[in-house]
Amino acid sequence: MPDYHEEELLGKAYDGRLMARLLTYLGPYRASVVAAFFLILASSVLNLVGPYLTKVAIDDYIAQGDLAGLKLIAGLYVLALLVQFVLSYLQVYVMNLTGQRIMFDMRREIFGHLQKLHPAFFDRNPVGRLVTRVTADVDALNELFTSGVVTVFGDIFMLVGIMVVLISLNWKLALVSFAVLPPLFAVSLVFKKRVRETYRRVRTRIARINAFNQESITGMEVVQLFRQEPRKFVQFSKLNREHMDANLDSILYYALFYPTVELLGATAIALIIWYGGGQILTGGLTLGALVAFIQYSERFYRPIADLTEKLNILQSAMASSERIFKLLDTEPAIIDAPRERRPVRLEGRIEFQGVWFSYQSYGDRQEPNWILKDINLQIEPGERIAVVGHTGAGKTTLTSLLLRFYDVQKGQVLLDGVDLREWNLSELRRQFGIVLQDVHLFSGTIASNIRLGSPNISDRDIAEAAANVHLDRFVARLPRGLDEEVGERGSSLSAGQKQLISFARALAHDPRVLILDEATSSVDTETELLIREALERLMVGRTSIVIAHRLSTVQKADRIVVLHKGSIREVGTHQDLLAQRGIYYRLYQLQYQDQEVTLSTDTLTPAERADSHR
Amino acid sequence: MLELRRLLPYLVRYKGRVALGMLCLLLGKAASVLEPQVLRMTVDDLTVSVTAGKLLFYSGLIVAIALVDGFFRFWMRRLLIGVSRYVEFDLRNDFYAHLQRMSPSFFHRWRTGDLMSRATNDISAVRMVLGPGIMYPIETGVITIAALGFMLAIHLELTVVALAAMPFVSIAVKMFGAVIHKRFERIQAKMSDITAMVQENLSGVRVVKAYAQEGPEQEKFEEENREYFRENLELARLWGAFYPLLAVLIGVGSALVLWWGGRLVVNQEISLGQLVAFIAYLSMLTWPMIAFGWVVNIYQRGAASMRRLAAVMDESPELADAPDARTDVPWEGRVEFRNVSFRYNGTEVLNDINLVIEAGKTLAIVGRTGAGKSTLVSLVPRLYDVSAGQVLVDGIDVRKLPLADLRQSIGFVSQDSFLFSESLRDNISFGRKGSSLEEVARVADIAGLGTDVSDFPLQYDTMVGERGITLSGGQKQRTSIARALLIEPRILILDDALSSVDTETEERILSQLRGVIRNRTALLVSHRVSTIKDADVIVVLEDGRIVEQGTHQSLVEQQGLYAALYRKQLLEEELERI
Repeated sequence: MPDYHEEELLGKAYDGRLMARLLTYLGPYRASVVAAFFLILASSVLNLVGPYLTKVAIDDYIAQGDLAGLKLIAGLYVLALLVQFVLSYLQVYVMNLTGQRIMFDMRREIFGHLQKLHPAFFDRNPVGRLVTRVTADVDALNELFTSGVVTVFGDIFMLVGIMVVLISLNWKLALVSFAVLPPLFAVSLVFKKRVRETYRRVRTRIARINAFNQESITGMEVVQLFRQEPRKFVQFSKLNREHMDANLDSILYYALFYPTVELLGATAIALIIWYGGGQILTGGLTLGALVAFIQYSERFYRPIADLTEKLNILQSAMASSERIFKLLDTEPAIIDAPRERRPVRLEGRIEFQGVWFSYQSYGDRQEPNWILKDINLQIEPGERIAVVGHTGAGKTTLTSLLLRFYDVQKGQVLLDGVDLREWNLSELRRQFGIVLQDVHLFSGTIASNIRLGSPNISDRDIAEAAANVHLDRFVARLPRGLDEEVGERGSSLSAGQKQLISFARALAHDPRVLILDEATSSVDTETELLIREALERLMVGRTSIVIAHRLSTVQKADRIVVLHKGSIREVGTHQDLLAQRGIYYRLYQLQYQDQEVTLSTDTLTPAERADSHR
Repeated sequence: MLELRRLLPYLVRYKGRVALGMLCLLLGKAASVLEPQVLRMTVDDLTVSVTAGKLLFYSGLIVAIALVDGFFRFWMRRLLIGVSRYVEFDLRNDFYAHLQRMSPSFFHRWRTGDLMSRATNDISAVRMVLGPGIMYPIETGVITIAALGFMLAIHLELTVVALAAMPFVSIAVKMFGAVIHKRFERIQAKMSDITAMVQENLSGVRVVKAYAQEGPEQEKFEEENREYFRENLELARLWGAFYPLLAVLIGVGSALVLWWGGRLVVNQEISLGQLVAFIAYLSMLTWPMIAFGWVVNIYQRGAASMRRLAAVMDESPELADAPDARTDVPWEGRVEFRNVSFRYNGTEVLNDINLVIEAGKTLAIVGRTGAGKSTLVSLVPRLYDVSAGQVLVDGIDVRKLPLADLRQSIGFVSQDSFLFSESLRDNISFGRKGSSLEEVARVADIAGLGTDVSDFPLQYDTMVGERGITLSGGQKQRTSIARALLIEPRILILDDALSSVDTETEERILSQLRGVIRNRTALLVSHRVSTIKDADVIVVLEDGRIVEQGTHQSLVEQQGLYAALYRKQLLEEELERI
């Protein structure tokens, strides 16, 4: 049930600080906003034309029997409608254009910010939640910009416009008909408050239903095994009922509110008939003006009733912007040094000097849970290092530090004698080629997965890299070769094929230092041999650090580093370490010895292999 | 739309309220269509002559009509929209109850997030059909008929002139609707492209960073972002014209009425009051025209959501009680697998397993990951049913036993030890609510949890999960063992239930468990040999078959798989100590 409580709850309906920050996004589009403002002003004024023309028609033409004039009035009416059509179309378009531009800017900013954040941030924040920031949350703001803010102005203009027209027609009657305004505002305010409250209750309760569902669906097996279905159902039904009750309350308020508004509207009309009719009798008002008054008063109440709708838009926009800004305010923890260095020609010498590392942040009083303890290791250019150790020994952490996914807490990591923190970050990472255990493929073709976004890698480079790691044999069988789509996250490829693609990717980028986390997933013998050969070619002429799961890898390494419980316990060649009969010796028996069997069958001819299976 | 028929039985439950709501609707509308008539009388009287008293009467009439209309509208909303909330409640309960009847394989096929979204969003969309989706069309229909009737009564030709623009309104709504729908779908598709791209980027953040691909990725994103922007703008280009166009078409109707109706008044074919009333009726028709598209949208979305709900609700529970379920079971705890095979999604998981565990004895199952160990034990409480062969408890096929009674007699501790976000006490007494604190503490002690609990600030009232403390993997496992022990099962199944516990704690727990297991049947799955050394029978599974069987001693002597496992076990223990 992780996110639901946090995600679904709403903050304040209006927060000045957030609003001010949101408005800064309007800045670049000031001109469009001003244009939209005047457009809506003009179209609101035109909106008032209809009843006034009705008045003129009744008083000046129908009453006088002037048919030609009547035609003119009707013509004017149609003209006003057409102008209004153009104006409001332009207004909607300009506002949408502006809104979409702002959304575009925001998405770009959020995505760009996400690219800068350090990996530890992604350990803590589920991907799904972050995706929502870029998508749904930005969309909630879009509503605010395109329909919320501007239409509120339009409504206000129209209300003011109606009031002005009414006063100029007959100020006494206008004042009489305004008598219903104070109660109307009072009713709207009370309603607004109530509805906001129930809206919040409804949202909280739907969040509870979601949280409950998440938990009981994930734990359904336990519920069923312990036969707790009836009890869980009662619990669910209770939450469901609370949700319904909140909604029924909301129905009650709406059911009360709309008729009350209508009743006040009818009261206004009644007042107009009673007082205005009296004035007609004394000659203080024309019949046409009375009709116009009635028509205007009907247009008066809808915008006020609609305000609550706008409030909901505002509220969810506030909640979304708060989440977005919170993300944007997260500072990237791993950044370039103020006076960074850029490598010219790297040798690839790596040094760990007294490195201590823990995933816990500083500030915790108690001693952190150290993953790496006092690591001292020097790797010469071109050397092949195999890192071995039991699960949880700290092998992956060691390689993560090299790429500066995390910064060390004590000691330092140096590349060619310079602390990693002094290098330019992307130049530094460019020096490394990394192959992770879980191969991450992007949607696109095999070629685009090898090249990624590096423009300096030519098609020939890709083909060469593919051939070098023996990917070409597999690719040749595909109808479109390297341009074959890999499918959603490489679902159409086998584990071994994905491995080879990631090898080709590393090779094409021609790194100084190769970091490789060998996959543990088993592949068939043929692929295993291909991978083994590809690995060989990958390592030629580079410094390489391999978290080894293959016997062949450890056997061929220049040095094997044995990590145990966060410390380097043994260093040496395969033979040396076996002879020591220490940790490596036991690890060998646990992890590598079984591979001897397969290895020996691999060296047999096919006929012999078939024999050995009998 | 046919899907929506499934809602009928739900509606029938509330037929009284629906009928009453409809009645209120009719009465309210009947009142509201009278208002223009009062206007007509007022205006006509004013053109001739009128007394102040009569004006007061008309004013009072207007207010009275609004009161009657308001009263009935109030009840209409409460009744009709209320019914939609009742049905929503029922539907959601049924949906949840249905989920509770589904077996694990169902939950493997359906993603949790998907089911959750169906239980909330889709049911909400269906609810819209029952509330506004029923109320508005009927309201519209009644008003249209009544207003048209009054308009025709005033003047036939004028009605025709007034409505001349209406067909264009319908055509516009329909045409725009189709194009907008298509554009909207394109926007949705683009949005899911963006979502997929961001998702992919963020889940591959390490590759992106390792290859310094932030720049190119940003460009890729901007391209998607720009296309989304463009699609949206195309929609705005159309959508921006929609409401203004409707306003023009409807406005033209009013202008025509003013012109043609004015002539009729001048020619004394109708009175000025009739013209005013006519204009009032015309404006009553405006909103229904606009709402039409909206209601259609509600129905389309509702039908789509109903289909999504039906897809879940139509899945029949795989495991159900047999009609001839046996009740005369001694529940001693003898478990037998007879020629058991099991296939899952076309893959063979278990193949011809034959095994007998006498009541009160302990069976241990070892083997590599994926050998079928967990599957084998999950057949006993019928989390799955066999594909061939039989699983028997006390000589009776489990499929012939009442499911509730079967599970009542089994304490099952699975690998992932799922706990609820309740207090520790609630979690342990999950299978037997209302157990005393002493009982809870007793089983917690056996499971080796007691000392941990005494370190927690609120002891057994400590909340687990999000809003409480985060338990370690080992603590979770021990809690779920305690949970299984509390129900005093005849058969105890531990599926690798001590994997996250260190060797020392394991030893301690095991020695305490031995006392509990002594008079129960126990099935232990483990990858640690130390857990199972003392079992009466040990079987080694490999690729879904039993490849070795015997006691610890005899298996070690066999020098087979078990012996190799045992050696590795000893090595790991050694490594742990170094």
